[in-house]
Amino acid sequence: MLRDLVSFIARSIVDEPDQVSVNEIEGDKTLVFEVKVASSDMGKIIGKRGRVIHAIRALVQAAAAKEGKRASVEVLE
Amino acid sequence: MKSVTKTGRTVDEAVAAALSELGVTADLVEIEVISEPSRGFLGLLGGKDAEVRVTVKPDKEQVAREFVTGVLDKMGMDASLEVLRRDDSVTFNIVGQNLGIIIGRRGETLRALEFLTNVASGKGAGPFKRIFVDAAGYRQRRERDLAEIAVSVAKRVERLGNRVAMEPMDARDRRVVHLALQGRGTVETYSEGEEPFRRVIVAPRKGDGKSPQDGGR
Repeated sequence: MLRDLVSFIARSIVDEPDQVSVNEIEGDKTLVFEVKVASSDMGKIIGKRGRVIHAIRALVQAAAAKEGKRASVEVLE
Repeated sequence: MKSVTKTGRTVDEAVAAALSELGVTADLVEIEVISEPSRGFLGLLGGKDAEVRVTVKPDKEQVAREFVTGVLDKMGMDASLEVLRRDDSVTFNIVGQNLGIIIGRRGETLRALEFLTNVASGKGAGPFKRIFVDAAGYRQRRERDLAEIAVSVAKRVERLGNRVAMEPMDARDRRVVHLALQGRGTVETYSEGEEPFRRVIVAPRKGDGKSPQDGGR
Protein backbone atom coordinates (compact mmCIF):
# COMPACT_ATOMS: atom_id res chain seq x y z
CA MET A 1 0.00 0.00 0.00
CA LEU A 2 2.62 2.53 1.09
CA ARG A 3 4.96 1.25 -1.57
CA ASP A 4 2.23 2.03 -4.12
CA LEU A 5 2.04 5.55 -2.74
CA VAL A 6 5.79 6.11 -3.12
CA SER A 7 5.74 4.64 -6.61
CA PHE A 8 2.68 6.67 -7.66
CA ILE A 9 4.20 9.96 -6.52
CA ALA A 10 7.57 9.22 -8.13
CA ARG A 11 5.96 8.22 -11.44
CA SER A 12 3.84 11.37 -11.46
CA ILE A 13 6.90 13.56 -11.20
CA VAL A 14 9.58 12.03 -13.44
CA ASP A 15 9.80 12.10 -17.24
CA GLU A 16 10.43 8.34 -17.48
CA PRO A 17 7.78 6.72 -15.28
CA ASP A 18 8.56 3.26 -16.69
CA GLN A 19 12.01 3.42 -15.17
CA VAL A 20 10.80 4.01 -11.62
CA SER A 21 11.26 1.15 -9.19
CA VAL A 22 10.64 1.12 -5.47
CA ASN A 23 12.15 -1.38 -3.07
CA GLU A 24 10.63 -1.77 0.38
CA ILE A 25 12.60 -2.87 3.43
CA GLU A 26 10.33 -3.63 6.32
CA GLY A 27 11.47 -3.59 9.92
CA ASP A 28 9.53 -3.98 13.14
CA LYS A 29 8.35 -0.41 13.33
CA THR A 30 10.13 1.10 10.39
CA LEU A 31 9.78 1.07 6.64
CA VAL A 32 12.52 2.09 4.27
CA PHE A 33 11.70 2.80 0.64
CA GLU A 34 14.50 2.85 -1.89
CA VAL A 35 13.51 4.69 -5.03
CA LYS A 36 15.34 4.23 -8.32
CA VAL A 37 14.70 6.51 -11.28
CA ALA A 38 16.33 7.13 -14.66
CA SER A 39 19.59 9.03 -14.15
CA SER A 40 18.14 11.90 -16.19
CA ASP A 41 15.33 12.13 -13.62
CA MET A 42 17.53 12.38 -10.52
CA GLY A 43 17.21 16.15 -10.43
CA LYS A 44 13.45 15.94 -10.83
CA ILE A 45 12.92 13.53 -7.95
CA ILE A 46 15.20 15.45 -5.59
CA GLY A 47 14.24 18.96 -6.65
CA LYS A 48 15.87 22.30 -5.98
CA ARG A 49 17.44 22.19 -2.53
CA GLY A 50 15.82 18.77 -2.05
CA ARG A 51 12.34 20.24 -1.94
CA VAL A 52 10.67 17.45 -3.91
CA ILE A 53 12.15 14.52 -1.97
CA HIS A 54 11.48 16.42 1.25
CA ALA A 55 7.79 16.76 0.35
CA ILE A 56 7.60 13.09 -0.69
CA ARG A 57 9.00 12.09 2.72
CA ALA A 58 6.47 14.30 4.52
CA LEU A 59 3.57 12.63 2.71
CA VAL A 60 4.88 9.09 3.12
CA GLN A 61 5.64 9.65 6.80
CA ALA A 62 2.11 10.93 7.35
CA ALA A 63 0.67 7.86 5.64
CA ALA A 64 2.97 5.56 7.64
CA ALA A 65 2.05 7.22 10.93
CA LYS A 66 -1.54 6.30 10.20
CA GLU A 67 -0.42 2.67 10.39
CA GLY A 68 1.76 3.25 13.43
CA LYS A 69 5.05 3.03 11.54
CA ARG A 70 8.00 5.24 10.83
CA ALA A 71 9.04 5.54 7.22
CA SER A 72 11.98 6.89 5.31
CA VAL A 73 12.44 7.39 1.59
CA GLU A 74 15.87 7.24 -0.03
CA VAL A 75 16.83 7.89 -3.62
CA LEU A 76 19.39 5.43 -4.99
CA GLU A 77 21.94 6.44 -7.62
CA MET B 1 -7.08 10.23 -24.23
CA LYS B 2 -8.07 11.50 -27.65
CA SER B 3 -5.64 10.61 -30.37
CA VAL B 4 -5.56 10.33 -34.16
CA THR B 5 -3.20 8.79 -36.69
CA LYS B 6 -2.56 10.71 -39.90
CA THR B 7 -0.41 10.45 -42.99
CA GLY B 8 1.10 13.14 -45.19
CA ARG B 9 3.92 13.75 -47.63
CA THR B 10 6.02 15.16 -44.80
CA VAL B 11 5.88 14.76 -41.02
CA ASP B 12 4.80 18.41 -40.73
CA GLU B 13 1.93 17.88 -43.13
CA ALA B 14 0.74 14.80 -41.27
CA VAL B 15 0.91 16.65 -37.94
CA ALA B 16 -0.98 19.63 -39.36
CA ALA B 17 -3.73 17.33 -40.63
CA ALA B 18 -4.00 15.67 -37.23
CA LEU B 19 -4.11 19.00 -35.38
CA SER B 20 -6.88 20.33 -37.58
CA GLU B 21 -8.91 17.17 -37.08
CA LEU B 22 -8.43 17.35 -33.29
CA GLY B 23 -9.06 21.07 -33.33
CA VAL B 24 -6.14 21.88 -31.00
CA THR B 25 -2.79 23.65 -31.18
CA ALA B 26 0.63 21.98 -31.14
CA ASP B 27 1.41 22.89 -27.51
CA LEU B 28 -1.46 20.72 -26.28
CA VAL B 29 -0.42 17.46 -27.89
CA GLU B 30 2.18 14.74 -27.87
CA ILE B 31 3.47 13.71 -31.29
CA GLU B 32 4.78 10.26 -32.11
CA VAL B 33 6.32 9.69 -35.54
CA ILE B 34 5.33 6.19 -36.65
CA SER B 35 7.19 6.35 -39.95
CA GLU B 36 9.30 8.93 -41.75
CA PRO B 37 8.43 9.56 -45.40
CA SER B 38 10.64 8.02 -48.09
CA ARG B 39 10.98 9.25 -51.65
CA GLY B 40 11.01 5.88 -53.38
CA PHE B 41 12.79 5.06 -56.64
CA LEU B 42 13.63 8.26 -58.55
CA GLY B 43 10.99 9.98 -56.48
CA LEU B 44 8.34 8.12 -58.46
CA LEU B 45 7.89 4.54 -57.38
CA GLY B 46 7.31 3.09 -53.96
CA GLY B 47 7.35 6.43 -52.15
CA LYS B 48 5.95 6.24 -48.65
CA ASP B 49 4.04 8.89 -46.74
CA ALA B 50 4.93 10.03 -43.26
CA GLU B 51 2.71 8.65 -40.54
CA VAL B 52 2.22 10.24 -37.12
CA ARG B 53 0.10 9.66 -34.07
CA VAL B 54 -1.00 12.84 -32.31
CA THR B 55 -2.43 12.60 -28.80
CA VAL B 56 -4.12 15.37 -26.84
CA LYS B 57 -2.40 15.80 -23.48
CA PRO B 58 -4.61 16.22 -20.39
CA ASP B 59 -4.57 19.80 -19.12
CA LYS B 60 -2.88 20.91 -15.91
CA GLU B 61 -6.02 20.88 -13.82
CA GLN B 62 -6.86 17.33 -14.85
CA VAL B 63 -3.32 16.11 -14.13
CA ALA B 64 -3.39 17.84 -10.74
CA ARG B 65 -6.76 16.37 -9.89
CA GLU B 66 -5.66 12.85 -10.80
CA PHE B 67 -2.55 13.31 -8.68
CA VAL B 68 -4.42 14.44 -5.55
CA THR B 69 -7.06 11.73 -6.00
CA GLY B 70 -4.36 9.09 -6.50
CA VAL B 71 -2.44 10.12 -3.38
CA LEU B 72 -5.59 10.13 -1.22
CA ASP B 73 -6.60 6.75 -2.60
CA LYS B 74 -3.19 5.21 -1.95
CA MET B 75 -3.15 6.65 1.56
CA GLY B 76 -6.38 4.75 2.11
CA MET B 77 -8.38 7.93 2.72
CA ASP B 78 -12.08 8.09 2.14
CA ALA B 79 -12.28 11.59 0.73
CA SER B 80 -13.48 13.57 -2.25
CA LEU B 81 -12.55 16.86 -3.87
CA GLU B 82 -14.32 20.17 -4.25
CA VAL B 83 -12.93 22.26 -7.07
CA LEU B 84 -12.80 26.04 -7.05
CA ARG B 85 -11.62 27.64 -10.30
CA ARG B 86 -10.24 31.13 -10.71
CA ASP B 87 -8.57 32.73 -13.73
CA ASP B 88 -5.05 31.55 -13.07
CA SER B 89 -5.51 29.15 -10.18
CA VAL B 90 -7.44 26.10 -9.09
CA THR B 91 -8.15 25.15 -5.48
CA PHE B 92 -8.87 21.55 -4.56
CA ASN B 93 -10.57 21.34 -1.19
CA ILE B 94 -10.42 17.82 0.25
CA VAL B 95 -13.54 16.78 2.14
CA GLY B 96 -14.08 13.55 4.04
CA GLN B 97 -13.12 11.66 7.18
CA ASN B 98 -9.93 11.83 9.28
CA LEU B 99 -8.47 14.78 7.41
CA GLY B 100 -6.02 15.42 10.24
CA ILE B 101 -3.68 12.89 8.64
CA ILE B 102 -3.54 14.81 5.38
CA ILE B 103 -3.27 18.21 7.11
CA GLY B 104 -0.44 17.31 9.48
CA ARG B 105 1.17 19.40 12.16
CA ARG B 106 0.43 23.04 11.34
CA GLY B 107 -0.53 22.04 7.83
CA GLU B 108 2.86 20.54 6.99
CA THR B 109 1.51 17.49 5.16
CA LEU B 110 -1.02 19.55 3.26
CA ARG B 111 1.74 21.90 2.13
CA ALA B 112 3.83 18.94 0.93
CA LEU B 113 0.85 17.60 -1.02
CA GLU B 114 0.21 21.01 -2.55
CA PHE B 115 3.83 21.41 -3.56
CA LEU B 116 3.99 17.97 -5.20
CA THR B 117 0.67 18.58 -6.95
CA ASN B 118 2.12 21.72 -8.52
CA VAL B 119 5.20 19.78 -9.63
CA ALA B 120 3.10 16.96 -11.09
CA SER B 121 0.71 19.34 -12.89
CA GLY B 122 3.68 20.77 -14.78
CA LYS B 123 3.39 17.72 -17.02
CA GLY B 124 -0.09 18.73 -18.14
CA ALA B 125 -0.77 20.88 -21.18
CA GLY B 126 -1.91 24.46 -21.30
CA PRO B 127 -1.00 27.73 -19.60
CA PHE B 128 0.57 27.86 -16.13
CA LYS B 129 -1.92 27.44 -13.33
CA ARG B 130 -1.21 27.72 -9.64
CA ILE B 131 -2.75 24.81 -7.76
CA PHE B 132 -3.88 25.18 -4.15
CA VAL B 133 -4.77 22.19 -2.02
CA ASP B 134 -6.87 22.66 1.10
CA ALA B 135 -8.62 20.21 3.42
CA ALA B 136 -11.99 21.00 4.98
CA GLY B 137 -11.18 24.69 4.57
CA TYR B 138 -8.16 24.37 6.90
CA ARG B 139 -6.08 26.86 4.94
CA GLN B 140 -8.87 29.41 5.02
CA ARG B 141 -9.36 28.98 8.76
CA ARG B 142 -5.64 29.17 9.37
CA GLU B 143 -5.47 32.46 7.50
CA ARG B 144 -8.23 33.90 9.63
CA ASP B 145 -6.60 32.65 12.85
CA LEU B 146 -3.24 34.03 11.78
CA ALA B 147 -4.74 37.45 11.09
CA GLU B 148 -6.32 37.40 14.55
CA ILE B 149 -3.03 36.41 16.19
CA ALA B 150 -1.28 39.17 14.26
CA VAL B 151 -3.72 41.76 15.58
CA SER B 152 -3.29 40.61 19.18
CA VAL B 153 0.49 40.73 18.79
CA ALA B 154 0.19 44.24 17.39
CA LYS B 155 -1.87 45.29 20.42
CA ARG B 156 0.81 43.95 22.72
CA VAL B 157 3.46 45.87 20.81
CA GLU B 158 1.40 49.04 21.09
CA ARG B 159 1.01 48.55 24.83
CA LEU B 160 4.58 47.58 25.66
CA GLY B 161 6.39 49.67 23.10
CA ASN B 162 8.92 46.98 22.13
CA ARG B 163 9.18 44.66 19.17
CA VAL B 164 7.82 41.15 19.17
CA ALA B 165 9.09 38.27 17.04
CA MET B 166 6.40 35.87 15.88
CA GLU B 167 7.00 32.15 15.43
CA PRO B 168 8.69 31.02 12.20
CA MET B 169 6.29 30.70 9.27
CA ASP B 170 6.46 30.02 5.57
CA ALA B 171 6.22 32.84 3.04
CA ARG B 172 2.50 32.52 2.53
CA ASP B 173 1.69 32.70 6.23
CA ARG B 174 4.03 35.66 6.70
CA ARG B 175 2.24 37.42 3.90
CA VAL B 176 -1.05 36.99 5.76
CA VAL B 177 0.47 38.63 8.85
CA HIS B 178 1.97 41.52 6.87
CA LEU B 179 -1.36 42.16 5.16
CA ALA B 180 -3.34 41.95 8.40
CA LEU B 181 -1.23 44.70 9.99
CA GLN B 182 -0.62 46.79 6.90
CA GLY B 183 -3.21 49.43 7.65
CA ARG B 184 -2.17 49.93 11.28
CA GLY B 185 -0.40 53.23 11.78
CA THR B 186 1.09 52.24 15.13
CA VAL B 187 3.20 49.23 14.15
CA GLU B 188 5.32 48.07 11.25
CA THR B 189 6.19 44.54 10.18
CA TYR B 190 9.17 42.96 8.47
CA SER B 191 10.70 39.51 8.18
CA GLU B 192 13.97 38.35 9.66
CA GLY B 193 16.08 35.19 9.57
CA GLU B 194 16.69 32.45 7.07
CA GLU B 195 14.20 29.87 5.82
CA PRO B 196 12.78 27.73 7.30
CA PHE B 197 13.10 29.84 10.46
CA ARG B 198 12.23 33.17 8.89
CA ARG B 199 9.76 35.03 11.08
CA VAL B 200 7.76 38.22 11.14
CA ILE B 201 8.82 40.97 13.52
CA VAL B 202 6.16 43.38 14.70
CA ALA B 203 7.70 46.64 15.92
CA PRO B 204 6.43 50.03 17.03
CA ARG B 205 6.42 52.41 14.09
CA LYS B 206 9.10 55.02 14.43
CA GLY B 207 8.22 56.90 11.32
CA ASP B 208 11.86 57.32 10.29
CA GLY B 209 11.50 54.82 7.49
CA LYS B 210 14.83 53.21 8.31
CA SER B 211 13.58 49.79 9.30
CA PRO B 212 14.07 47.06 6.75
CA GLN B 213 10.96 46.31 4.80
CA ASP B 214 10.06 43.25 2.88
CA GLY B 215 7.14 42.56 0.69
CA GLY B 216 6.14 39.53 2.67
CA ARG B 217 8.56 37.18 0.97
